Amino acid sequence: MSTAVALAHEQIGEWKQPSRGIVGMACLVIAESAIFIIFVVAYLFYIGKSLRGPTPREVLEIPWFASICLLSSSITVHFAVHDLRHSRIGRFITWLAATVLLGGIFLAATAMEWYDLIYHYGLTIRTNLFGTTFYSLVGLHASHVIVGLIMLGLALVFAFFGKVNAHHAERLEVVSIYWHFVDAVWVVVFTVVYIIGR
Amino acid sequence: MLVSLELLAGCSHLLRSTENLFAQTRPGGYPALHFLTFLFDQSSTSIFAPEATPAHSIFNLSLLVLAICTGIFLTVAGLLLFILFRFRHRRGYTQREPAQIYGSTQIELSWTVIPILIVVVLFLATARVIFVTQTAAKPSNALDVVVIGHQYWWEYRYPKLGIVTANELHIPVSDSKEPTPTYLTMSSADTDHSFWVPRLAGKMDLIPNKINTMWVDPEKPGLYLGQCAQYCGVQHAKMLIRVYAQSPADFQLWVKQQQQAAAQNSSVAEGRAVFEGNACANCHTISGTSAHGIFGPNLSHLASRDTIASGAVVNNAQNLRAFIDDPAHYKPGVLMPAMHLNDHDLNAVTQYLLTLH
Amino acid sequence: MATQTQVIVNPATRRGWLDHVQDWVTTVDHKKIGLMYIGYALIFLVIAGLEAILMRIQLLVPNNNFVSPQVFNRLFTMHGTTMVFFVGMPILFGFGNYLVPLMIGARDMAFPRLNAFSFWVSAFGGLLLYFSYFAGSGLYGAGTAPDVGWFAYAPLTARVFSPGHSTDYWTLSIFISGIGSIGTALNIVATTLCMRCPGMKLSRMPLLVWLYLVTSGLVFVTISPLTAAQIMLCIDRYLGGHFFDTQAGGSAVLWMHFFWIFGHPEVYILVLPAFAFANEIIPVFSRKAIFGYPAMVAASVGIGFVSLSVWAHHMFTVGMGPGPNAFFTFSTMVISVPTGIKIFNWLATLWGGNIHFTTPMKFAIGFLFQFLIAGLTGIMLSVSPFDWQLGNSYFVVAHFHYVLVGAILFMIFSAFYYWYPKMTGRMLSDKLGSWHFWLFLIGFHLTFDFMHIPGLLGMPRRIYTYEADRGWEIWNIIVSSGAVFQAVATLIFVWNMIASYFKGEKSGPDPWDAWTLEWTTSSPPPSYNFATLPVVESRRPLWDRKHPEEPDSQYE
Repeated sequence: MSTAVALAHEQIGEWKQPSRGIVGMACLVIAESAIFIIFVVAYLFYIGKSLRGPTPREVLEIPWFASICLLSSSITVHFAVHDLRHSRIGRFITWLAATVLLGGIFLAATAMEWYDLIYHYGLTIRTNLFGTTFYSLVGLHASHVIVGLIMLGLALVFAFFGKVNAHHAERLEVVSIYWHFVDAVWVVVFTVVYIIGR
Repeated sequence: MLVSLELLAGCSHLLRSTENLFAQTRPGGYPALHFLTFLFDQSSTSIFAPEATPAHSIFNLSLLVLAICTGIFLTVAGLLLFILFRFRHRRGYTQREPAQIYGSTQIELSWTVIPILIVVVLFLATARVIFVTQTAAKPSNALDVVVIGHQYWWEYRYPKLGIVTANELHIPVSDSKEPTPTYLTMSSADTDHSFWVPRLAGKMDLIPNKINTMWVDPEKPGLYLGQCAQYCGVQHAKMLIRVYAQSPADFQLWVKQQQQAAAQNSSVAEGRAVFEGNACANCHTISGTSAHGIFGPNLSHLASRDTIASGAVVNNAQNLRAFIDDPAHYKPGVLMPAMHLNDHDLNAVTQYLLTLH
Repeated sequence: MATQTQVIVNPATRRGWLDHVQDWVTTVDHKKIGLMYIGYALIFLVIAGLEAILMRIQLLVPNNNFVSPQVFNRLFTMHGTTMVFFVGMPILFGFGNYLVPLMIGARDMAFPRLNAFSFWVSAFGGLLLYFSYFAGSGLYGAGTAPDVGWFAYAPLTARVFSPGHSTDYWTLSIFISGIGSIGTALNIVATTLCMRCPGMKLSRMPLLVWLYLVTSGLVFVTISPLTAAQIMLCIDRYLGGHFFDTQAGGSAVLWMHFFWIFGHPEVYILVLPAFAFANEIIPVFSRKAIFGYPAMVAASVGIGFVSLSVWAHHMFTVGMGPGPNAFFTFSTMVISVPTGIKIFNWLATLWGGNIHFTTPMKFAIGFLFQFLIAGLTGIMLSVSPFDWQLGNSYFVVAHFHYVLVGAILFMIFSAFYYWYPKMTGRMLSDKLGSWHFWLFLIGFHLTFDFMHIPGLLGMPRRIYTYEADRGWEIWNIIVSSGAVFQAVATLIFVWNMIASYFKGEKSGPDPWDAWTLEWTTSSPPPSYNFATLPVVESRRPLWDRKHPEEPDSQYE
């Protein structure tokens, strides 16, 4: 039996298959993208159809700073994973902390924007079609940012306690794929809400 | 009493004339057509007994579709039956296993190409009917009717004629030489509904905040039945449709009658007072009175209708009285509440409504 | 080599029933999870079947009052919702869970704990839906179970038209089970792509595994639109949103688009596993390899992709213009081409074979006939003018039950008879299986053949009763009578499964003389599946072992 196996192995050569974690995360990204696409379609469909209430042009300001922060965090997390793979733990922790910080700034900016919209302009989810679709889409994205920050934050905490080393690089890569997905979604949401929709 | 007898006589006359209608639908020609029509002629709502152009064009297309599908079925099922018989395991089978055949490019190509060709033929035939029906130009002498779906009744408005009525749609027949089709503009006041009178046309949905249109041109006078075909709530099943196709003369008579204000008969003044004094006026309109409600059907000419409760109940004194007393008895879940009138008021208002021809 | 683990009863280590329960509740073994999915689905099959029988009694005669309209509307809503989400999906995921790792020579799924989580989450969804019967009454005394139809069209589902909480039970239970479905699909994809045994290239995977891969891919882009739409519905109902609020400018048609973007591919998610079973069972009982493996793979992937473009054939009557109507007619007709290819390939597999009419094969042949007919009535409905007459009528109900019962359920029965020996080590009784088959066949055809006719005669669906003057009575009586046969046949089937577990003939590892990897291990397999991981050189590793003089690897 073992000789047969050995022979077969020779014929087959090296048997390589993709990593489970990365395939799994890719599947999750596809599924989540489909959810976002539906909310984006609803947003696009309802542009200009509100019967009353504030319009995007009246109340929306393009969130340049927050967007730059969020998109830069993709770069920082990429460097973090790279450094972890090469066992440069100190640098890894720095880049990871920067990622969490940039993500946090984005969330804070979103919160400030919403506060302004609700209390200054009186735009809520029930005001009109714009309010409904805006808060749903941006809120769905923000909730994904929160989940991502929780995962990155946990990794940061483990790293501070010295529990993370190069063996875990692939797991961090899986988390970073999620984070890149969140950023890519923001590019789409940003374009649809703040460029096309205004 | 006399009125109700008249109504009953009218109803049976209508039913008899509808039977005549069936008797006339015997197209000559193909045996398949004969068989189909015979099989399905038993029903007043059969899609295989078309009486208007839209239903005819669907029927003709359906024959092509049925022919193709029947052909495919006989071929493939026949092949399968043959295979099951020919290659079944028999006791004398000597080989260990049959020859293993993994594929054949030519065969697989042929059973890819032939279905594609069938699809192309079928699609072209279908697309033609779609475009002809949906992009038909509207002739200037078409009758305009606005149909609004409600939970669980149909509102019919004739904007150019100044008529608002409910549940029984009267339209003129259309002569093929000088067509006078009826154009229906449709929407809904609440949930989704669907207008389906199979012998006249395919169905079209009534959707709130959306306007749909369809047209019908019945060839023969008679009563065409249908019902709501999109689940709209508890009483979806009893949202019946009655389309009365009438000769031009009869239709004009009906129009004139509907255009008059509601009858004012002093003998039923008490009933009218009950109607106007209770909550009835909040939901119903009777022209010439103080009742202007639009949530429920227009009752100005209620007594001219054969049925009440959207076709669910025959319109006579007894049923009308019972319905007003407790609508949920006939249509549980209907939106009209029980009026809790005492017997005296109930009788009075029923008598009043029965005068509204 | 049939190994049955012998339990030596030692009082000190004897496992009580509580230990068994704990074992099953905490298991991450794909086989046990698969069996739990299947058992769970069977219970709901019986419940939803009872709901159907109640409906058929109500529809036996016109103007019947066996149940009130409110109860009837809840019955058809619960029947449809249960059958799709808590019978169809779990049973098919159950078989997938059990078979995929065994067929690719793996020891378990890629993410065993996610697997368990997905099951329990899905199970909770089903319990939540049925809890509505007890607790659905909202503030207005309106409830209990949802009554908006399984596709819950807006604006009927808005707070104003559906007060109380009944609709919310529908929304939340499906939302929750959707999470489980995505989890299982993720597991199947990761397992298939990452854990095949050495030598099993993608082109050597059994077709069942290919079809489950395509199905899982579909799940990602199918369940998600439904999840999104349900979030929107909840926002409308509870946060005052206006997604489907026509009074605020919202669109009822938008819900329809979102729902059917889910709803149509969903039925392909249900049917592709049925094809998967056929691809394994038909060759074994024809004693031939499947004809045209590459074309079967291509057709399956093609069906997956095209199924995403046909959804609005459920919306031919809502007033889309001629352009969209024509497009969706075309795309729906196109999908018949790869589907036809599959049917022809099955016929070609049977051709020249040595056909054994075992119980699984009887059901598979029933599947072939019935799927052919179902596909043809589907073509009829794809012709949008014809659908203008037949849409939302009993013709449609007959068509989709032909697919769901005549094709999918028949193939599920076939799969039961075929893999029950592997799962339990015992054969199901052939005699009872015959009774099951013939009774169910008669009942199925009585009900669903004749159900087409009321549709052609103008009877719409979802009506709690009908008028006597439309010529529908005799057909409804025939349709209702078939339900009795099907019920009796199903009870025979359940009895067969219970009795055979204790008294069935022992099966051994390979009772059917089959060719895929699951038949190389014992029945039931040990928890680690294989003593040593297999190495394969062709699509039918066992065939190679049994026929060393003409192995598959020589030919393909």
